[in-house]
Amino acid sequence: MYKEKSKPWPRITHFYRSFAEIARNSRLRPMLEFVEQVGAADFVHNLCASTSQIRLRNSYRLHSARGSAVLCGMLLAVSAPADFFCSSVRSLQTDAAKPVVVQPGAPGKPSKMLPPSTRGTLPPRSQADVEFMQDMIMHHAQAVEMTALIPSHAENKELRLLGVRISSSQSDEIKFMRRWLAARGEPLSMAMPGMDISHESMHLMPGMLTPEQMDALRKAKGAEFDHLFLTGMIQHHGGALTMVKDLFDTAGAGQDAELFNFATDVDSGQRAEIRIMQTMLEKTLEEKR
Amino acid sequence: MKRVPSLALCVFGAALILCFGVGRMQAQTPATPPQAQAEAQKSATAPAAKEPEEEEENPFAPEPAPSLPPGMTGSDANDPRAKLQPGLYDAGEASVGIRHLLLLKKPDAFQLGSSDPDDPKVQKIFGQLRIGNSSKIPKPMQLVIAQLAFSNSDLAFQGNHLFQGNFYGVNIFDISNPANATLLTSLVCPGGQGDVSAYKNLLFMSVEMPNGRLDCGAQGFPPEPPAPAGEEKEKKRRPPAAQKDRFRGVRIFDISDIKNPKQVAAVQTCRGSHTHTLVTDPNDKDNVYIYVSGTSFVRQTEELAGCSGEQPDKDPNTALFRIDVIKVPVAAPQDAKVVSSPRVFIDPRTGALNGLNNGGTHGKKGSEKPADTNQCHDITVYTALGLAAGACSGNGLLLDIKDPVHPKRVDAVNDPNYSYWHSASFSNDGSKVVFTDEWGGGLGARCRANDPNKWGADAIFQLKDNKLSFANYYKLPAAQGDSENCVAHNGSLIPVPGRDIEVQAWYQGGVSIVDFTDPAQPFEIAYFDRGPIDPKMLVLGGDWSAYWYNGYIYASEIARGLDVFELMPTKLLTQNEIDAAKTVRVSELNVQNQQKIEWPAQLVVAKAYLDQLWRSQALPADQVAALQKAIQSAESSHMSKGKVAKLKSMAPSLEKSAATAKSPANSARLHGLADILKHPTA
Repeated sequence: MYKEKSKPWPRITHFYRSFAEIARNSRLRPMLEFVEQVGAADFVHNLCASTSQIRLRNSYRLHSARGSAVLCGMLLAVSAPADFFCSSVRSLQTDAAKPVVVQPGAPGKPSKMLPPSTRGTLPPRSQADVEFMQDMIMHHAQAVEMTALIPSHAENKELRLLGVRISSSQSDEIKFMRRWLAARGEPLSMAMPGMDISHESMHLMPGMLTPEQMDALRKAKGAEFDHLFLTGMIQHHGGALTMVKDLFDTAGAGQDAELFNFATDVDSGQRAEIRIMQTMLEKTLEEKR
Repeated sequence: MKRVPSLALCVFGAALILCFGVGRMQAQTPATPPQAQAEAQKSATAPAAKEPEEEEENPFAPEPAPSLPPGMTGSDANDPRAKLQPGLYDAGEASVGIRHLLLLKKPDAFQLGSSDPDDPKVQKIFGQLRIGNSSKIPKPMQLVIAQLAFSNSDLAFQGNHLFQGNFYGVNIFDISNPANATLLTSLVCPGGQGDVSAYKNLLFMSVEMPNGRLDCGAQGFPPEPPAPAGEEKEKKRRPPAAQKDRFRGVRIFDISDIKNPKQVAAVQTCRGSHTHTLVTDPNDKDNVYIYVSGTSFVRQTEELAGCSGEQPDKDPNTALFRIDVIKVPVAAPQDAKVVSSPRVFIDPRTGALNGLNNGGTHGKKGSEKPADTNQCHDITVYTALGLAAGACSGNGLLLDIKDPVHPKRVDAVNDPNYSYWHSASFSNDGSKVVFTDEWGGGLGARCRANDPNKWGADAIFQLKDNKLSFANYYKLPAAQGDSENCVAHNGSLIPVPGRDIEVQAWYQGGVSIVDFTDPAQPFEIAYFDRGPIDPKMLVLGGDWSAYWYNGYIYASEIARGLDVFELMPTKLLTQNEIDAAKTVRVSELNVQNQQKIEWPAQLVVAKAYLDQLWRSQALPADQVAALQKAIQSAESSHMSKGKVAKLKSMAPSLEKSAATAKSPANSARLHGLADILKHPTA
């Protein structure tokens, strides 16, 4: 983008050629590195830097400095966000009270001072992360399918409440996973070349109920449904725990903070629901006796 | 030449921005850079949040809550907080009884590369992350794509320093002038979630994520190469992912030089440290202890010897079903190490490590079955009582910590409406414990009008003779939008004498201050809230924790930065009560290491009690007026002997009223008031 727009700039370079020289050799340069990285032409921030330099050092030249500030602003407006420029300049003006960026070393090792232009970076993301999300969407979808049966099939009031909660959290989590994938430009499901994507042929994720189990659940009513639902959902949730474990047993996986947090929450949330379901199951068994 | 007019226009516009910007910068005192930065970023970021997005099949569209389960009620959709204007830095705000003083934006070093998604550098990062076709990603999403990686987390305080944890490290602020707080140090050391505690010259920090490195590097670890073609279908067991440079556990920094902290120790644990709790032993000044709550996966034994994630029946040394205790010699923190791994979930009768019964005590006796509450999420210790309250995933625990290395469970509770036991705090007198339920893990919208107000709420328990008994729930009374992550989260006591008051963070539900003096009838007395970051999709944000520290409320805003507030008087909280709270000064605050609050025998504290007695009509109006008058004349006489003697003479009748007071709270207030009148200090 800036290349195209840089064409008319050389015409006005004589305005600040001398300023650019000052800045090139000054300590301002590293502070403006970030502006450089975002693609502003060298002379733009040289100009800006020299402008601020002059403002600091020679207040009597304020007028000319203001003139170049106008140019500087113009050029920056088309090449870099204003806030980077401003933070660079400000860091010059507040040397004494300037905040520092420090990166400690390993225990016992000295810390490193990082330049104020330091910005955050991310660890790499692995294919295992993507596959985990894709698989878990499919896995969760079955839980939603199961809870959708509750209103017409179950009698137990406690189970109805639990169903609402499971349905709500699993739909929310599906939403989250779709969003995570979409935001990273990844497909929502794993498309395998030459594979039929119909329901039956799909590889079942750990813990997922087989088509036969699902059929039995659909046909059951009342107490029998309650029992099949609880045992089925315990099995289903147990599978999610296996999937989380597999994820973290993969090199370089789970370093994405969103995914790490999500996978950990899936693990603890499903463990908690398993516990509740186990208790309910015992209760229904006791009532039978 | 056609370009010239448009360039001229651009010059004009840019000059306006620039001159304004420069003018502002010069007007700022040198000590306030983050504020200026906040202003500058405001103009750069706000418009992006309003970009229209595609309608069809939008995975970012929030989902409305399902209808309320029968018998449940939700929060109030007519509350002024329910429909505030959205915006990252220009969201609508609503508050009662709280004044917002400052928002300090998250420092640049803790933001991904750039705030401009069209910027080639950001595009490059997207490329590195293998984000395809980023043009299709809505702009706000681009801005927040890695937000949790730079998410602000919990707070700790020491003197004039505030430590704000972050998944990417710690930011240290100077709060000597709270309304004009400034950033001192950005400590880069990723690994999440950056829970922090400060003790003397030591700063402790929790690390749990697999990208944590011993050397604080941000590069993480390389992913395994893609499987050779044809092998994708079979998810073969892959080689172990062990890394000797990985760090998950508790880091210890020496902060003697606040602008150059050094890592002095890094204590590895099997599950890392999601949160930790500083424990001081009144009988041992040479050591402090850290209770480590690890909630995530157990790492491979190849990486840290002895770590096992097996069930207890398979491996009695499993890293599940325990907490870890680190002993830190204060003079030699480099020697810090794990000294015990208490099995706080053990069944004392059978010896089963997974001995806690969950969800079952509400049913019948005899149906107890070992289940797996296998972790604590957070523990609050109250050394003055010798007790700790553990919020431990499926249960709330009460631990005896008189021997801090060997905490023992003395009670455990559960609740059918609880999804995940998240945090706990005691009332100052130790008669109550407030637990929180982090339903949805904090990532979900859980305060919508249709979300039951018994789910994702506080649960207030009474505590007597080491037994917890449920009293009531408290949930943010205002409904929140479906693009606002919201659930009960971290809070601290506000030291108003005579009342139990907690300020609490509810993520994008904002800050809510609740009075739980009567545990059966908690009610809100003040609040602050912002609109959602984005109206059309849930962008993670809001307050992680909101704590009172020496007269001000500080809230750690996940996405936006650090907020500072002060209390304003209302009919539910008078100026005297606020002033009395401000008399309490501490030199350090680590909220999960709860310290007993002691109030000075100052007349402002007496006035606070008096306001409360008047409010609850525990004393006749004429007696209240006579007491007020006597206190005022003692004050205006600069505590002359006669006026002080007059105060003293009024104490006995208060003691008498205390004996017959209808509520324990009023009885305590009357006693407190009488005590001060007997020996007031200036």
